[in-house]
Amino acid sequence: MLFRSKQKAMAEAMAANLSMAAVEGRSPWADARERFLRNKAAVVSLILLVLVVLACVFGPMLLPHSYEDTDWDAMAMAPTWHNLHLFGTDDLGRDLLVRTLIGGRISLMVGLLATIASVTIGIVWGATAGFLGGKVDTVMMRIVDMMYAVPYLLIAILMVTLLGREFYLVVLTITVFSWMDMARVVRGQTLSVKSKEFVEAARAIGVSTGSIIFRHVVPNLLGIVVIYTTVTVPGVILTESVLSFLGLGVQEPMTSWGVLIEDGTGVMETTPWMLLFPAAMLSLTLYCANYIGDGMRDALDPKDR
Amino acid sequence: MWSYALRRVLMTIPTLLLVITVCYLMLHATPGGPFDTERKVSAAVMANLQAKYHLDLPLWQQYLLYLKSLLQGDLGASFRYADWSVNELVGNALPVSLAIGGGSLLISVFIGVALGIVAALRQNSLIDYFVMLVGNLGSAFPSFVIGPVLILLFAIWLSVLPAGGWNDFDPRYMVLPIALLTFINVSTIGRVMRGSLIEVLNSNFIRTARAKGLPLRTIVFRHALKPALMPVVSVLGPLAISSITSAVVTESVFSLPGLGKLIINGASNRDYTLVLGLVVLVTVFAVILNLLVDLAYAYLDPKIRY
Amino acid sequence: MSLLQVNNLGVQFQTPDGLVSAVNGVSFELQAGQTLGIVGESGSGKSQSVLAMMGLLAKNGKATGEALYNGQNLLTMSPKQLNGIRGDRVSMIFQDPMTSLNPYLTVERQMTEVLELHKGMTRREAKKRAISLLEAVRIPEAARRIDMYPHEFSGGMRQRVMIAMALLCEPEVLIADEPTTALDVTVQAQILSLLKDLQRDFGTAIVMITHDLGVVAGLCEKVMVMYGGRVMEYGSANDIFYQPSHPYTIGLLGALPRLDHDGSELVSIPGNPPNMANMPKGCPFSERCTHVSELCVGTLPPLAASAANPAVLRACHKAPAELKPSVEVVAHV
Repeated sequence: MLFRSKQKAMAEAMAANLSMAAVEGRSPWADARERFLRNKAAVVSLILLVLVVLACVFGPMLLPHSYEDTDWDAMAMAPTWHNLHLFGTDDLGRDLLVRTLIGGRISLMVGLLATIASVTIGIVWGATAGFLGGKVDTVMMRIVDMMYAVPYLLIAILMVTLLGREFYLVVLTITVFSWMDMARVVRGQTLSVKSKEFVEAARAIGVSTGSIIFRHVVPNLLGIVVIYTTVTVPGVILTESVLSFLGLGVQEPMTSWGVLIEDGTGVMETTPWMLLFPAAMLSLTLYCANYIGDGMRDALDPKDR
Repeated sequence: MWSYALRRVLMTIPTLLLVITVCYLMLHATPGGPFDTERKVSAAVMANLQAKYHLDLPLWQQYLLYLKSLLQGDLGASFRYADWSVNELVGNALPVSLAIGGGSLLISVFIGVALGIVAALRQNSLIDYFVMLVGNLGSAFPSFVIGPVLILLFAIWLSVLPAGGWNDFDPRYMVLPIALLTFINVSTIGRVMRGSLIEVLNSNFIRTARAKGLPLRTIVFRHALKPALMPVVSVLGPLAISSITSAVVTESVFSLPGLGKLIINGASNRDYTLVLGLVVLVTVFAVILNLLVDLAYAYLDPKIRY
Repeated sequence: MSLLQVNNLGVQFQTPDGLVSAVNGVSFELQAGQTLGIVGESGSGKSQSVLAMMGLLAKNGKATGEALYNGQNLLTMSPKQLNGIRGDRVSMIFQDPMTSLNPYLTVERQMTEVLELHKGMTRREAKKRAISLLEAVRIPEAARRIDMYPHEFSGGMRQRVMIAMALLCEPEVLIADEPTTALDVTVQAQILSLLKDLQRDFGTAIVMITHDLGVVAGLCEKVMVMYGGRVMEYGSANDIFYQPSHPYTIGLLGALPRLDHDGSELVSIPGNPPNMANMPKGCPFSERCTHVSELCVGTLPPLAASAANPAVLRACHKAPAELKPSVEVVAHV
């Protein structure tokens, strides 16, 4: 008995080694990291994005202003060193830098939560469909097709109108329309992994289904999941900003980049910095996230290019 | 081909039904009827209103009535604009949206394909860099960032175009919105076209065409264009859907009286029938567009014969 | 004047790792109606040599030397002049019939455009001629099948279409780049006998590129053996087959299965073809040669007339006589 389980463990280990397919003992992840680090644009983007995140998280604590207090000394003030209003103030005298950073917190938080949620749903949905196959697969994928055909923004507007504009409801609304890419990709990858030799080998040795999924299928999905997660982040942040911009996102006094841009649009004739700074922050974040996504794709899936 | 087309048409029905049903149920599951938040009305008036909008019937009957009226092309009455039916509101807004959205989609297909071809044929030329730059900018700068910047530039600083609004199809009011939407669409179409044409030009059958002594023009237009357009066609479906999003945003940026403006007003007024009607209408649009794209794809690809 | 005369042809590719030489100093000539076989392993530069002549190198490739067709240099002429020759006087068929035809155009369109371009025929005349060519390459129901798309043909049928297409203008030279490699063995034989018949009927000179010595033996009068982008041995098919005088040719023949020699084992050449980006300084074959000496490693052997048979050109430091004993040894390993 003991001997058999040991034998089985060895067989599994061998199959697992096969599945990693590293030729000279270099793990594919180390390879990928090296390729990513060689991509200058992606590395610079990563550094910038980390700076943006750090600024949003810690900036408001370090700055002398709060995001809702009025500085009576400085109403609708252009960017200035005076009282350290580096981004200027809005027409209520609120410090724009702090508001932008606080808005960034909300935008990034929505982005993070909605990404985690939609990635999870996508993986479970796609892996289930791919692994079970047959009728279940057909029905599940037909639902994904339907979701694609739906003009999601309008339904999101409807949902936000009906459900309300609480923070978590906004996250929920965005999640509902962001998981399909991941589901499709994971299903495809699951199907192809399922038919690979090392999975058949493991099955032939008598490894259990659960074990096959976690030791062989999941590790092989990781690369593609990482790529599509990085691609999901900017999309989700963008959707949140669109909703906020349309006045359907989080409510005052909470703010987000979309809300700030909308506010700025209304007064851009007199105080253009109210538009330009939040817009620049959002665009910088999206730009960096896109480049990191490209870098990840090149690093983890080099045959794709 | 015809049986495929028929099957593909039939497949849209469950999608439409699902969307309508989910939206309808969501709407009715919301706590508080549409008239609750208004000033208090007498019980009799309330009953009248309820009867007018069939709110006194059981849910399934209301639902069937709604489906029936939809089939007759009637989107119902607006809850807020008592004198207007949803159809009338849509009738006023739709031409604006079509002119802006449809116009820009057409323009961007031509510009995008043309730029993509030039960029692919002259790699590393100025036009190539331009296409890649537009592609990059389009994916990082959302419409509601570019739009206000355009207004700032052309309306406020240069004062050559109006900042927004609508004046009965006056082209001056249409330039900026169409330019914005076109920019966003071209960023996708140009990038896809460039990539796919480069790939096609490296394929074996293009080498054969060159070996036959065909001039470059024939090679590009007769041999390479159609296969290179296939990815563009397949991206048009998702693009049309996201165009609806950017159209809503664009209408909001430029204060255009189109469907997008209507739905946002409806949403902020909690005008349920109006929002539901618009969602249904736009979904039908989107589904039909997707259907057309799929059929076009099947028609263009000789390998697909159903 | 020869129909085709290639002098000192070279091909270089600009790669991220620097300039890579794929072909060096290739020279040969071809008379009207003659058949030349170019033999070598994959990566020996045989395909790149002919692609260079046809102006079909990849974007980062550059050809040097000269390739004279009736005295005109194909490598330096304008694209317009070259287009007047390609597909008309010199035509080419490719290795992979599955991807070498345009999947989006009917066979009719792909054939008639050649005649419209080079012969100024109307579409209708061109179609007639195309059908007769399809019949010549033995495609059944040619008149009906010409309106089909390539994917409706099998691999062997597609290669026949390719051949018919190449012969439309009755070219003087047909370059066939491994035309049978992607096909089933039985289909290979059909295609080869078809080429032989067509050559007889049309009097076309053929440059046949292959790694299959059986193909060369059945079809060619002259043979050029290439390795590492260089010519190893060049002579008549008889001389090359019955008195191979280059270690690489000997190795190639040893690797060829033969029915008349049953019992003797197949011998493979040890090692792999050299990396193009990092060619040895001396003879490209030195790394795998059983006769290798210090001279071979350090100095490139020139292509020169063989001492044993002046009609054969060979690039080897060893005299043909020196190789003989080892041939036996190699053959019996």
